[in-house]
Amino acid sequence: MLTCKQASELVSQSLDRTLTRSERWSLRFHLLICVACARFNRQLHTIQTVIDKWLSDTGQNEHLQMPLQAKARMSQALESEIAASRHKS
Amino acid sequence: MSNQTPHDWLNEHGDYLYRFALARLRDSHLAEDVVQETLLAAIQSQSYEGKSAPRTWLTGILKHKIIDSIRKQSREMPCEDLSQTVADEGAVDEFFNERGHWADRPQAWVAPEDELEQKQFLVILQDCMDRLPIKLSRLFLMREILEDDNQAICKELGISPTNAWVMLYRARMGLRKCLELHWL
Repeated sequence: MLTCKQASELVSQSLDRTLTRSERWSLRFHLLICVACARFNRQLHTIQTVIDKWLSDTGQNEHLQMPLQAKARMSQALESEIAASRHKS
Repeated sequence: MSNQTPHDWLNEHGDYLYRFALARLRDSHLAEDVVQETLLAAIQSQSYEGKSAPRTWLTGILKHKIIDSIRKQSREMPCEDLSQTVADEGAVDEFFNERGHWADRPQAWVAPEDELEQKQFLVILQDCMDRLPIKLSRLFLMREILEDDNQAICKELGISPTNAWVMLYRARMGLRKCLELHWL
């Protein structure tokens, strides 16, 4: 029988890896009988979903751009690097 | 098919790479640095001619540069390395009593429903992330990168896969508690 602490650890791990069959069953049973942990499980899933969506949306958010100064600096650095590579070959 | 030049990469993918890095490093200077390192590494790489999916390829390099950046940041704080963060057992035990029961039972909160609520939730969540020890929040944000190759990345960061899951667990426990306090 899992303690709530053990269940909370499995809930977290279930977000990152596949649980073994035995872990899955123990956890499922615990979540059926423990309101607190069932709630915890839902909340962790909500958090993960929101974070994952945010990370994926951020990539698409075209309003957020690199500062122009940084771009200019980078452009120069690229130029130097390209010149250096040509020189080597 | 035209071959893209490094300047094309900067123009077409620079902002995307910056956003990707910024979301995970949560520091604009570090984000700029890793984007620059990525583009330079891409130039130095033998095989950059005629890449058909430059963004995917560049993002792959970027992920490694992000990991390098995180590792460097850790080194600059010599008294605290990543495994030390894990060793602080007190941090999670406060949530449970000696018998493994909840010290404070999770309270019910309503998951954000519409887009507006999701935005509000996200603001609070990000604030909560900023309150976590930075090593925990960075690892948490890198979780997707960890999935790519857990063993190799953990090795690069000088942590074991066990350390990694403990840190992710701690991050989640901290975030959930913080949200409980601030999300109605």
